[in-house]
Amino acid sequence: MKITVKRDDAFEIYELEDGEYTLLEALNTIKHDIDNTLSFSSGCRSSVCGSCAMRVNEKEVLACSYKVQDGDRIEPLNNMPVIRDLVVNMDKSYEMNVKAKAWINSFNNEAVLDHEAEKINEVQSDCILCGSCYSSCPVYAVNGEFLGPFSLTRVWKYVSDKREGDAKEKIDTIQTNGVWDCTLCNNCTVVCPQNISSKADIEKLRVRSSMFGYTDPNFGNFGGGFDSGFGFDGSPSF
Amino acid sequence: MKTDVLIIGAGGAGLMAAIAAKEEGADVLVLTKEYPTRSQTCMAQGGMNAALGNAGEDSVEDHVQNTLKSAHGAADEEAIRFMCSEAPNAIEYLNSIGVCFSRTKDGKIAQRRLGGASAPRACYAQDYTGLKILHTLYDRCNALGIQFISDSFLLDLLQDENGSACGAKILDLRSGETKTYIAKSVILASGGYSRIYDKYSTNSKASSGDGIAAALRIGADVKDMEFVQFHPTGLKNSSILISESARGEGGYLLNSKGERFTNELAPRDEVSRAIDAEIKKGEEVFLDIRHLGEAFIDEGLPQERKLAKLYENVDPVHDLIPIKPVAHYTMGGVAVDNQSQTNIDGLFACGECANHNVHGANRLGGNSLLEIVVFGREAGRNAAKRAQNIEQLSVPVNCECFLEQEFSNTVDFYKYKEKLGNLLYNKVGIVRKRSELEDAQQEIEMIKSLLPQMGWSDPSSVYNTNKQEFLEFRNILQVSEMVVKSALSRTESCGAHYMEAE
Repeated sequence: MKITVKRDDAFEIYELEDGEYTLLEALNTIKHDIDNTLSFSSGCRSSVCGSCAMRVNEKEVLACSYKVQDGDRIEPLNNMPVIRDLVVNMDKSYEMNVKAKAWINSFNNEAVLDHEAEKINEVQSDCILCGSCYSSCPVYAVNGEFLGPFSLTRVWKYVSDKREGDAKEKIDTIQTNGVWDCTLCNNCTVVCPQNISSKADIEKLRVRSSMFGYTDPNFGNFGGGFDSGFGFDGSPSF
Repeated sequence: MKTDVLIIGAGGAGLMAAIAAKEEGADVLVLTKEYPTRSQTCMAQGGMNAALGNAGEDSVEDHVQNTLKSAHGAADEEAIRFMCSEAPNAIEYLNSIGVCFSRTKDGKIAQRRLGGASAPRACYAQDYTGLKILHTLYDRCNALGIQFISDSFLLDLLQDENGSACGAKILDLRSGETKTYIAKSVILASGGYSRIYDKYSTNSKASSGDGIAAALRIGADVKDMEFVQFHPTGLKNSSILISESARGEGGYLLNSKGERFTNELAPRDEVSRAIDAEIKKGEEVFLDIRHLGEAFIDEGLPQERKLAKLYENVDPVHDLIPIKPVAHYTMGGVAVDNQSQTNIDGLFACGECANHNVHGANRLGGNSLLEIVVFGREAGRNAAKRAQNIEQLSVPVNCECFLEQEFSNTVDFYKYKEKLGNLLYNKVGIVRKRSELEDAQQEIEMIKSLLPQMGWSDPSSVYNTNKQEFLEFRNILQVSEMVVKSALSRTESCGAHYMEAE
C-alpha cells in the first residue's frame, strides 16, 4: 500500500507492505527501515497517553488506534505550530488549562461523593489531552485566545464536582474567550478518541454561567450589533 | 536557567515531588522529554493500595505483611511500614485535589482485590486509575504555578567540584541546542527501564532508563537491577497489556490443545514461568474470556476487547486471545536512603527509577501508584529542605559530552536495539541460566564496542528523533549491562529473578 505523509516542505509518498496494522506501526517501519528523518511523537501504543494524535484524510485520529489504509494522507494536527513533520507544539493548548484555572480551588470537606455523583464527571476525567479537539476547532483556528475544548471540559469536570467549594471563581474565569465564543459546531465531539463531548460540557457551563447571573454577550448585541448588512428597520444599509 | 529544585521527569512521582517542593516554599522547575501527563503512570489501570477497610476488614499491618511476602525477603520492612501507614493519607490527599476515585453507594472510595492482597485494598478509578491520578496531579501543579519545560531530553547530570549534583545538561529537542540547568537540589523521577526488552515490553517507548543511566555515569549506586517483573498476558504480536483483571474476572489460560495448565490467579512470576514453559514446549498460549459473555466483557473489560481486535485481529467474545509474558515493571533502580537521597550529595530519586526498598524481588499489584505518591512527596520535601540550606548555586564542572564524540554511522543502531531486546528476553528473561547470562554479557560488550560506528543519519537539529533514539539506545545499553551484571551476582532464585540449574 501507499501512504502520503506531510513533511516540512512537501508531501512524501511511502510504499509499505499490504496488511492490517496500525498507522503508528506503519510510521515506525518508515522511521526504522525507509527514512530515519521522519519525525512524529508516540508513547504508550494503547490510546491513553495522547502523544500520537495526527490527521488522516483531514480527520483527527490517534495513530496507535487507527488501521492504516492504502491511499491515506497523513498530516500534523491543525491550529498549532508545526515543529517538524508530524510534530506540533502543544504548549499553548496546554497553557489553556492554566488560564481556565482547571483545578479544585477550594476543597469542600463536607461533600459526599456517592456512586451516582461519580458518574457526573467520569467521562470528562477520561481526557488524555491529545489535542485532537483543538485541531478540529474552527473558533480556536481564528482566535488563539479561545480557551478551547479540552480546557473547558476540564473546567466543567471541576465545576460539576461536589468537592469544589468555589465554583464561581471558575465560572468568572471562562466568560471571556470562553463558553460564549464556542459556535457549538460539535467538531470536538466527533474527533475525540475518548468519546468526550466538549460541546455538551460548554453548554452545561453556559447554563451554570446563567445561574451565576451571566448572559450570552452575543445575545445582548442583537438589534445593533451587526457591523454591516441591515439597518434597524430591516432594510439594507450600505 | 536556575532554580532551587530541578525535577527530571513529569510522571506521577515527578509531579508529586514538584507539588511537595513548591509547597515547602522552593522554586521548582520540571523537565520532561515528552509533555507532562504522557508518562508511564497514565497506563496504570488496576489501582492504588491503602488499607482503608471500605470494602471489607483490612489493616495497615496486613498491607505490610502482604508487601513483605511478595518482596521475597528482598525489601526493607521499615520502608514498607512507612509507605503502608502513609497510604490512607495519600488517598485522602488525592481525594482533596479532585481525583475521581470510583465510589461505593454510600459515598466511600471503592476498593477491589488485586493479586497477593489479603483484602480488597486497591482504590481505583474504573480502569483508568493512573491516568486520573496523573492528570489531577498535573492540574494541582498548574494551580501552584509550577513551570514545565517539555521536549527536554536528559543528556547528563551535572556535579560541582565537590561532587554534589547541581543541575543537568539537556538536549532541547525543538531547537537541537544543548542547555544547562543549575539547581540547589536535583530530583530524578525519570521512570523505569522495561523498554530495554524492546518489543517484549508493555511499556511506553519512553521507558528507556535515561535517568538511571545518567545517574550511573556520575557514580550513583543502583540496587536490585535484576528484578524485572514480567506480566503474564501481553498480546502476542504487540506486547500490549491485557489487564490482570481479565484473569481476576475468571479468564482461563489455555495451550494449543485447549488445556488449562496453571492456576491463573497465582502471583505474576509463577504464572509467567508456567506460560514460558508451555511456549518452550512448542505450544501457543491463549487467554480465554469467551465464557464471560459479550455483555460482561463490554461492561467490565472494554479496553481489552478493543486492543485485542486492533492488535491481534481477534474478538475475545468469540476468539481466544494469543498472549505471551513480557517485561512490565522494573523493581531495581537508583539506591536511595529513607530521605530519598542517593549516594550523590544533592541528588534525590523517586518513582520507578528509584529503589526505596519497598518492592523487593516482586512488586505487589497496587503498590506502584502508592509508591510514587508517598515517596514522590518525600523526595520533594527533602530536596526543598536541602535547597533552603544552601545559599549559593554551585558552578558545574565541565562534563565530557557524548554527543561531541565521533560517530561513523556505518552500523544501524535500530537493528541492534531489536537484537538486544531479543537477547535480553531470551537470556535475561523469565527463566535464567548462568551460562546464558554470561553469553548476554559478552554480547552486550560487543554491541557496546560498536557504538562509535553507530550514530544518527538525520542531519537536522530540529526535533531529531533519530538522534534522540540513538541517545536512548546508549542508555538502554548501559542499563542492560547493569541488569546482567546484577543478575550474575545473585546466584540463587529470588522472586522475579529465577535461576535454573544448567
